[in-house]
Amino acid sequence: MPAATPTAWQPSGAGRWPTPSVALFVTCLGDTLFPDVGKATVTVLERLGITVEFPLEQTCCGQMHLNAGYADEARALGERMERVFAGHELIVSPSASCVAHVREHMPGLAGRVHELSELLVDRLGVEDLGASYTGSVTYHPSCHSLRLLHLGDRPLRLLRAVRGLELHELPEAAECCGFGGTFAVKNADVSSAMLADKLASVEATGAGAVCACDSSCLMHIGGGLERRRAPVRALHLAEILAQ
Amino acid sequence: MSEAARDARPLLFPQAARLALADPQLRANIRLATTTIRAKRAAVVSELPDWEQLREAGQAIKDRALHGLDELLVELEAAVTRAGGTVHWARDAEEANRVVVDLVRATGADEVVKVKSLTTDEIRLNDALQAGGVRAIETDLAELIVQLAGERPSHLLVPAIHKNRTEIRDLFRERLGRPDLSDDPHELAEAARLHLRAAFLRARVAISGLNFAVAETGTCCVVESEGNGRMCLTLPETLITVMGIEKVISRWDDLGVLLQLLPRSSTGERMNPYTSLWTGVRAGDGPRAFHLVLLDAGRTRVLADPEGRPALRCIRCSACLNICPVYKQTGGHAYHTVYAGPIGAILQPQLSGETGQAATLPFASSLCGACYEVCPVKIDIPRILVHERAKAVRAEAQGLEGVGLRFLARVFSQRRRYERAQRLGRALQRPVVRNGHVRWFVGPLKGWGLSRELPALPQQTFREWWEQRERGT
Repeated sequence: MPAATPTAWQPSGAGRWPTPSVALFVTCLGDTLFPDVGKATVTVLERLGITVEFPLEQTCCGQMHLNAGYADEARALGERMERVFAGHELIVSPSASCVAHVREHMPGLAGRVHELSELLVDRLGVEDLGASYTGSVTYHPSCHSLRLLHLGDRPLRLLRAVRGLELHELPEAAECCGFGGTFAVKNADVSSAMLADKLASVEATGAGAVCACDSSCLMHIGGGLERRRAPVRALHLAEILAQ
Repeated sequence: MSEAARDARPLLFPQAARLALADPQLRANIRLATTTIRAKRAAVVSELPDWEQLREAGQAIKDRALHGLDELLVELEAAVTRAGGTVHWARDAEEANRVVVDLVRATGADEVVKVKSLTTDEIRLNDALQAGGVRAIETDLAELIVQLAGERPSHLLVPAIHKNRTEIRDLFRERLGRPDLSDDPHELAEAARLHLRAAFLRARVAISGLNFAVAETGTCCVVESEGNGRMCLTLPETLITVMGIEKVISRWDDLGVLLQLLPRSSTGERMNPYTSLWTGVRAGDGPRAFHLVLLDAGRTRVLADPEGRPALRCIRCSACLNICPVYKQTGGHAYHTVYAGPIGAILQPQLSGETGQAATLPFASSLCGACYEVCPVKIDIPRILVHERAKAVRAEAQGLEGVGLRFLARVFSQRRRYERAQRLGRALQRPVVRNGHVRWFVGPLKGWGLSRELPALPQQTFREWWEQRERGT
């Protein structure tokens, strides 16, 4: 049986894609530790008929350095990133926190960079990506996605369109998971206490997976779930949408 | 740990937090109290359709005052003096304490009643009074509890938030000589009321802080819940008020905005029970002598930093403490400052310098931003936290962390270097990795390993996958 074809995005006779190609900003964390998230992002975009480019010169946006107090280093990395992506009109990233950082600190790129769900829902006008996922999922809105990008319910709309997916609401969803960049190790005790609360919320939903738009939160939450040997997977939004 | 011992060597935040986290009673108390107050605040704020405009107005009022602080303080002094009060200027805590103690001793009193004042806590006025032979009686119920227990307050607004009613009953039984007391809140409050009433009626001198001082009219304003402030401000012959210079506002009308913002943000009430306003002295009504002590103590230092100065807008509502996910876990004692929580993390290092223990405070945050959302005067606390972190890093060498992060920045600055580092990381991790996970958490990773697994670096990076795909292999 052929895979269900999403109808929302099929170009009509008169229409064509507003933007033929998009540059992927995969992030240093994604590139090095979570390549599946980048691969899933590519899958999702190519399924929509979009050409994905990957400027190989990219490394890191500097968010961690800025937040840790190394402002000069962060500025240099930001300037470098602006140069690397200079020729790209549309940039997408699967990291809400990195997108928030770029928007705030790189004026040259601010208008051009989008988080994945922003790109899909706002720029491309699609919510149904033809994805299917059998199982229950709860969504954790990362602090940057919630308070800086104001992603709102975009990720939820995308998740609701996934065939077979049962969405469970996360209690106290807006509470920080406790990652916070270097905070996770500099204040590891408090970070762990905050994580315990978030894990309790996740486990209370009974969902088989927790989903977010930030690999950093997922590394922390997922790491906690694994330590507890909980039967809950930590998945990035892109990984679910690529199914 | 006793108050004196705690002050002698304030623990750095991570260590202090670890102690707090080991206290289940404290954590339960904090969690219950913050959850309750959060809900109350959210309810009364949602009633106002113009809450966001009120916040912007509050921000503008405080910014305008800070911008013209030097002129406003002079205007305030003139207005207070015209109204029969006396104004004193204190450069630092020592000078302020000297002025206050001398004023008290000049009246011949050996006892004062006090209204809760964070500013007087900040300068350790009670210690200075005691050294000068003057007993200071805290009259705010929570401050009374904390004083009887020989501790320091753990929350801006609810100083005894770390104590539950059973602990308070035990304290009152012992320190108020009331072995009959149960833990019924009404009974406990009545016991405190009887104890305090005697103090109010015999007091000849009161010491207070204030929430706002209006330069235009010379009016001082105290916002409170219990009525002890009203007693202190009206009964004794002499009133001494200590105020941080950032408390001055320009116009009487400014109070209209600020008094809507403050009660809703702090106790989650539409209006607090007692708001007292007084201007100098008035014959036949209230104190015969009024002294206003203007305190700098580092505030001009904060004012000098354009990025950091919004911290001075603070109206001490504590909404940021109540919403903070870090504070929820540790409570206020872990900050070892009078000003705890998010506002403390940006104010204290600016007041005292970004070194030592104070320098650990801006890092006591995951930068979640919830504080900024609830701040009634729109202080962008996360932005200032990052700014303060940069100052801390510039002020003091950060050891291995500095070496590591600077090295990482160099790695990130060149594609080939970065790719080489990725490959090197994969090779070097082999001794500490098994079954795709880190098994031995060394160095900075030790903290991670407390509660989390860490995946090993995968065998292929994203870019290696991409390049392979592009080559068609």
